[in-house]
Amino acid sequence: MIKITKRAELPKKQEALINSIAIFFSIVCAGLVILILGYNPVKVFQQIIVGALGTEMRIQQTIVKAIPLLITSLGIAIAFKMKFWNIGGEGQIIMGAFGASLVALNIPPTVPSVLTLLAMAGSAIIFGGLWAFIPAFFKAKMGTNETIFTLMMNYIAIKWVTYLQYGPWKDPASQGFPKIANFKANAILPSLFGVHIGWIIAVVLVVLVYIFMNHTKKGFEIAVVGESLETARYAGMNINSVIITAMLVSGGLCGLAGMIQASAIERTLTHALSGGYGFTAIITTWLGRLSPPLIMFVCFAFAVLIQGGAYLQIAMSVPAAVADMIQGIILFFVLGSEFFLLYKIGFDRKSVKKEVA
Amino acid sequence: MTAFLAATVVAGTPLLFATLGELITEKAGNLNLGVEGMMLMGAVMGFAVGLCTGNPYLALLGAIGAGAAGAAIYAILTVLLRTNQVVTGLTLTIFGTGFASFVGKSFMGVPAPATVKSLFGTVEIPVLSKISVIGPMFFQQDIFIYFGYIVTICTSLYLWRTKKGLNLKAVGENAAAADASGINVNLYKYVHIILGGALCGLGGAYMSLVTVPVWQENVVAGRGWIAVALVIFASWKPSKALIGAFLFGGLNILGYRLQSMGIHISQYIVDMVPYLATILIVIISTRKNRKEDMGPADLSNPYFREDR
Repeated sequence: MIKITKRAELPKKQEALINSIAIFFSIVCAGLVILILGYNPVKVFQQIIVGALGTEMRIQQTIVKAIPLLITSLGIAIAFKMKFWNIGGEGQIIMGAFGASLVALNIPPTVPSVLTLLAMAGSAIIFGGLWAFIPAFFKAKMGTNETIFTLMMNYIAIKWVTYLQYGPWKDPASQGFPKIANFKANAILPSLFGVHIGWIIAVVLVVLVYIFMNHTKKGFEIAVVGESLETARYAGMNINSVIITAMLVSGGLCGLAGMIQASAIERTLTHALSGGYGFTAIITTWLGRLSPPLIMFVCFAFAVLIQGGAYLQIAMSVPAAVADMIQGIILFFVLGSEFFLLYKIGFDRKSVKKEVA
Repeated sequence: MTAFLAATVVAGTPLLFATLGELITEKAGNLNLGVEGMMLMGAVMGFAVGLCTGNPYLALLGAIGAGAAGAAIYAILTVLLRTNQVVTGLTLTIFGTGFASFVGKSFMGVPAPATVKSLFGTVEIPVLSKISVIGPMFFQQDIFIYFGYIVTICTSLYLWRTKKGLNLKAVGENAAAADASGINVNLYKYVHIILGGALCGLGGAYMSLVTVPVWQENVVAGRGWIAVALVIFASWKPSKALIGAFLFGGLNILGYRLQSMGIHISQYIVDMVPYLATILIVIISTRKNRKEDMGPADLSNPYFREDR
């Protein structure tokens, strides 16, 4: 008889081994698919690395891709820690960008850049937080299902910004092209070492979120609510307030990612600004086991795949879609490998003996 | 007006198939957020097979196979390897989107072949099609739409009138109890997740072969997500899913219709309605707290016998 049992905590070494095997298998399998599609897998993987890390500029581009992913993941991690399945990152990013644009498009160009950017960030955090607050409020008060609620909020946000872009906010100077006016110079995030300073914000946030989750009372309460509502109630925690605070922080962080994308990348507001980062971040958060340092690593690896995948198209005229498929396949394997971290498969000798007897 | 109502049914049919697929999946206790991905896989394989063979039946089979294959990946991961359902479903959407745009690369902008489209010509149902309003709306359509009615009725009968259907609901409500009563929980999950994926694939193929019917990137355009919403809107009932699908299908085309009538309301605002309506339904049904309006109690909880 094959017997599956839950493992106790695994030693770090063994965990790393299983993870490495999973990644190895996923790469081999993705390689097979690439081979079937008629490309040389070794060359494809090589080009992905070259495309993402080959030159200084490419590394910068990879970091640019990692920034929104990382900040959004940190936000989602806080919600997930509470077992609140916030899959509304996409909408929270968009609403954050909307909040930032509200400031950027209306502030006089004479206002100093620092003030403008701070106001934009504040507004983005408020709008992103608000977008997460709505489902959190109903979850806390009535126990509505947050997975679906946050998912729906994504589409409302996207449609709202699409409406603005094609309607009232359409730039009259764009000659009928449906786009919102570009931000003025004072609303654009400056760069440091060739990458906009979003990267500094992201790194600081990794540290802050780590401290928040592991060394503060609220962070502890969030973890307890996630583990067991009964325990939290028994300990006298105000569960509603924990849920709402955590979601405000979670949505606020996603909103901030939206502000960074709007200010540094798009330099305006578009309905496609979140570019699926809200969904990808759910996967990176999960793979990063909700731990900020690990999430940072996973997000960077993901950014390598995204940037390298884009490069494939230019270098080997491999369609960008292949990169998406590889991404999917690697993820399937990495997800599947978690099973071997959590469970032990062995042969149940006792039951075999019994059957023989 | 009747033309608009008939168009509503056409627009709602892919939603209907995908919604029924997700409904069956959720009845087995699995929330599969890969609907969009499976629809795209079905859309592209249906189109590709149709293009190569010119045979509409093979095209539909291709779509069924692709949707089922996507669902099978999800099933193996979530049932056998107990991965997180939300994350796995989202990954399936990423994979399916990539798969569709890769396979479809070579026939971008190519219209669906006429031999395939011929299957989807209008067939009037005698007697019924003569009823005013309802006739032209529901019974002067193509056979695929009639097939949608049949699938709806069958799903409904299956869930409430057969032993297997009742067993399925038991699996979704309380997997441990179902297991204790001798139901093969994992087998039920596999079969229904894959069946659900096949229906999603069919819904996608209807988009690429009939509704649009030219291959283009992202031909499904978010309808998979609407289907996820519709399952809740329909409170997990196939009959309500049918009504909901046509309602949401109608909303999909309402904005343009209103514009042509001189009423200036943006399509994008109209597009929000299905999502807002779903949120309202979630709130109202939670508030009422009636058992029959709620989803399966064991939805998205992985089942592991040894954990009991």
